[in-house]
Amino acid sequence: MSADIRKIAVWLEETRTESGRPVAPPTRKAVAVAVIANPFAGGYVENLEPLMETGAELGGLLGTKCVEALGIDPASAESYGKAAMVGENGELEHAAAILHPRLGAPLRAAVGKGAALVPSSKKMGGPGQVLDVPLGHKDAAYVRSHFDGIEVRLNDSPRANEIMVAVAVTDSGRPLPRVGGLAADEAEGRDGLR
Amino acid sequence: MPDPVIRKQVTSVEEIFHEGGPPPGTPLRRAAVVTVIANPFAGGYVPDITGFMEDLKPLGLAMARDLVDVLGGDATVVEGYGKGAIVGASGELEHGALWHAPGGYGMREVLGNAKAIVPSAKKVGAPGVRMDVPVTHINASYVRSHFDSIEVGVSDAPRADELAVVLVMTTGQRIHARAGGLAAGDIRGEDGLR
Repeated sequence: MSADIRKIAVWLEETRTESGRPVAPPTRKAVAVAVIANPFAGGYVENLEPLMETGAELGGLLGTKCVEALGIDPASAESYGKAAMVGENGELEHAAAILHPRLGAPLRAAVGKGAALVPSSKKMGGPGQVLDVPLGHKDAAYVRSHFDGIEVRLNDSPRANEIMVAVAVTDSGRPLPRVGGLAADEAEGRDGLR
Repeated sequence: MPDPVIRKQVTSVEEIFHEGGPPPGTPLRRAAVVTVIANPFAGGYVPDITGFMEDLKPLGLAMARDLVDVLGGDATVVEGYGKGAIVGASGELEHGALWHAPGGYGMREVLGNAKAIVPSAKKVGAPGVRMDVPVTHINASYVRSHFDSIEVGVSDAPRADELAVVLVMTTGQRIHARAGGLAAGDIRGEDGLR
C-alpha cells in the first residue's frame, strides 16, 4: 500500500420499515472510508500519478470492506458509488486523480461485475463535513429503483493535509421504490446503461 | 407494552492506524450501533413509562452482540464502552433515560463481568443531529488512557416520533495515549472505579 492511511471507517445501514410498512427483505447499504495523507498538500504539483495508484489500491480495499460488511457474495452487490473530499491544503484535482483513472477496475472486481459507470462526487472540505456518495446500479445505470446516495461524515476528517476517500456498495435499491422506470430484473447489463 | 418497532439500524467501525505519531502494532478499533425505533410515548405526556425498559432489553442484548460481531466476534477484545439515546422532537428527554438499564444490561451480559458504570449521553434532537457518546474503560472508570468519545448520527433520524438508541465499544486506549493517570494495567477492577 503506497498510501499513508490514518484510519478506515465502515458503516452498514439496514432499513427494516418505512412509513409504517415493512421493508422485506431489509435494504442494506455499506460505505467504507479511508483517510489518507495528501502527498501533494501545500502547493501545485503537475504529475498526480501517485494518487492514481492510490486510487487503484483503495478501490479494491474499500470495495472489499463494503462487501464484507454486507456479508454477501460479491456477485450479490447491486449498486455502487464513490466520492472524495480533499482537505484545505489540497486541490480538487487530487480527488479526481484518486477517483477516475484507476479506482474502478479493482472496485468492479470486488463486486463481481460492474458494467455501469461508477457514479461519483467530489469536494473540498474540512473535519466533520458531510460527503454524499451517489449510488447507481452496478450493471445498468438507468435502473431507477437504485438511484440513491449515502452520507458519510467523520468529525476528525479530512484534516488540512488529508483526503477522505469513500466507496459505497449495496445489496438492494431504495426501501419502497415506486417511481417506475427500468426495473433491476429487466436490465440486460451489457452496455452499462440498460 | 409492544416490542420496539425498528425502522433502521446503522453499524459503524473505525480502524485507527495512527494520528501523526508512531503507529502501534495493533490498530485501535471503535464500533457503534444506532437503532432507530418508534417512540411509543411521542405526542404527549405519559406518566408511567418504565415498562418500556423491559421491552428494550432484547434490543440492548442484540445490539451488544452486533458490536462484538463487527469487532471480530471475541468479546475479550472489548476494553471501552458507552451508550446514548437521542429523542425525536415529539418526545421527552425522559424517554431517552429508558435506555440506561437495557443498554447497560445488554453490554454487561455480552461482555461477561464488566465492572464500571457505562458512561452515557442523551438529548432531544432532529434528524441528522450528532451525538458524542462518551467512552470509558469497562472495568475501571478512572483509566485515563481509555477516556474517549465516538460521534454518531443518522441523516434521517430521529424523526419526531422516534428514538435513536446507541451503544459503542472500543478495543483499547486512545491511539497515542500519553496523558498519564491510572493505567489499564494497574487497575484492581473491584469497585468499577480503579
